[in-house]
Amino acid sequence: MIFRRPVFWLILIFAALMAFIPLHGNNVSMREDLILVAVAVILASNLNLMIGYTGYVNFGHIVFYGLGGYVGLYLATVRGWNLILSALLAGVAVSFFALLFGLGILRLRGAYFALATIGILVAVQSFVSNFDPWGRSTGLYVPFDAYQRLGGADGARRALWITYFLVIGVMALSMILSLAIKISKFGLGLFAIREDEDAAVVLGVNATVYKAIIYSVSAFLPAVAGALMFYKNGMIDPSIAFEFMLSLEGIVMLMLGGKGTVVGAALGGGLYEKLRSYLLTSPKLSNFHLVIAGALLLLVVLFAPGGLIGWLYRLVPRSEKVIE
Amino acid sequence: MTALLEVNGVTKRFGGLVAVSDVSFTLAEGEIVGLIGPNGAGKTTLFNMVNGVYKLNAGKISFAGQDITDRPPNEVVHFGIARTHQIVKPLYGMTVVENVTVGACFGRDYLKLKPARKVALEVLERVGLADRADTSARSLTIAGKKRLEVARALAARPKLLLLDEVLAGLNPTEVELMIGIVRNIRDSGISVLMIEHLMQAIMSLSDRIVVLNLGAKLAEGRPEEVVKNPDVVEAYLGFPDIVDKLRAAQ
Repeated sequence: MIFRRPVFWLILIFAALMAFIPLHGNNVSMREDLILVAVAVILASNLNLMIGYTGYVNFGHIVFYGLGGYVGLYLATVRGWNLILSALLAGVAVSFFALLFGLGILRLRGAYFALATIGILVAVQSFVSNFDPWGRSTGLYVPFDAYQRLGGADGARRALWITYFLVIGVMALSMILSLAIKISKFGLGLFAIREDEDAAVVLGVNATVYKAIIYSVSAFLPAVAGALMFYKNGMIDPSIAFEFMLSLEGIVMLMLGGKGTVVGAALGGGLYEKLRSYLLTSPKLSNFHLVIAGALLLLVVLFAPGGLIGWLYRLVPRSEKVIE
Repeated sequence: MTALLEVNGVTKRFGGLVAVSDVSFTLAEGEIVGLIGPNGAGKTTLFNMVNGVYKLNAGKISFAGQDITDRPPNEVVHFGIARTHQIVKPLYGMTVVENVTVGACFGRDYLKLKPARKVALEVLERVGLADRADTSARSLTIAGKKRLEVARALAARPKLLLLDEVLAGLNPTEVELMIGIVRNIRDSGISVLMIEHLMQAIMSLSDRIVVLNLGAKLAEGRPEEVVKNPDVVEAYLGFPDIVDKLRAAQ
């Protein structure tokens, strides 16, 4: 049972702290910092389902986030639907999209799969850049009254808080999903695929279906988060929705924290995001953050391939039973 | 006896190379059938055809009365055929018991995680790996890895077990142990089809032997018949008259 896992309660405590600390004293700037941390945790956790659990490196993971943003924003603004409903529908639509593409490209393995994921990202970006209902390259804007619909009389200010709590909720769900899959039979099948796909199939794992499902599942929460975040930001356009760099940084986050672990993905996501926002805002090091990300990735791959959590496991082997 | 496995005129071509050509044989319930032949004779290819790794170019394979031709490997397991690999394929990042749990989870009974783990521990006991259950599969010796292969296959609760050279690379003591395991498997009611080069072992274990050479079936029969068959001796065991020839040359 998932409730017996200490990590489950850790996730809830972490999410509760994230939600309530900025609420204390109405600290908006801290909230804006933490929402980026939460998004990083969401992206890294869901990417972990592919890279860490199944062994398939997805370089285009950000496509789910961006597409979710577009579908969500389109429904919430142009159609004027409720934000939560729009975000959920964005998740469903993007998951379905991932399932279709997954069944195609998951026949590929290793570097070829990785290349195909980049191909999908580029193809979707150029499609959206030319798609009229989504505003082509200028994108979509959130009109002010959309916030009032969500936030009531107090309008935007309340709407932003609501969005923040929703993103924290999605973050908690991402981590719980990772944990639930990790301790399930489905997860065992994924790990078998990661270790040796041919052997897994001979042992009875339906790898084709398993891979398509996990690819689709890994798209759902990032798409929901994308819908919420771009709503919060007030606009979306193809270059910010499908930023390849962000996709790569997701991989750095995962490697830094420790792929294949629930806590590692979250830790890597959170730490990397904090580091990045520090570097981006420091006047001397701005635009230098990718150099640091590259160096960090090299150091991790060379000296701590298991990331921070892998390092912890080596230091305290018993921790593997608790910190999953 | 009724046939459990029926292989009927199967052929596999890789481009211009005919790896297996029109091979037919049957295996009855409770039997141990040995599959022998020189390297490149098509033995492992035949295994890969039976468990669905390769699609056939011609022929038919049925198991327990059902047509399993060209079924993918993960479905073949559910019919009740499990196999081991000549070149062992442990799931290295997982523990020994996790490896076997995968076999039990996705095998014929499609068990849930908890009962699967129980079955895994029982099977590990049977093959003598119980004390290594929680160690990494990576840390096993080659003999251990071969036994892990057998354990994983057994955990699927097969009716038929395909053993691909489980004795290769083992020292005499380990061979003894593994022979005991195979006997024990048969005694528990599981039929066995095994590829093996170790003639003494295959002679003592098999009820019948099928000999392959250059992709075709060369002979079939009881072990003592097969080793006397001049074609088999020439193709696989060695020239029968080589001693006479050497004497004559002196």
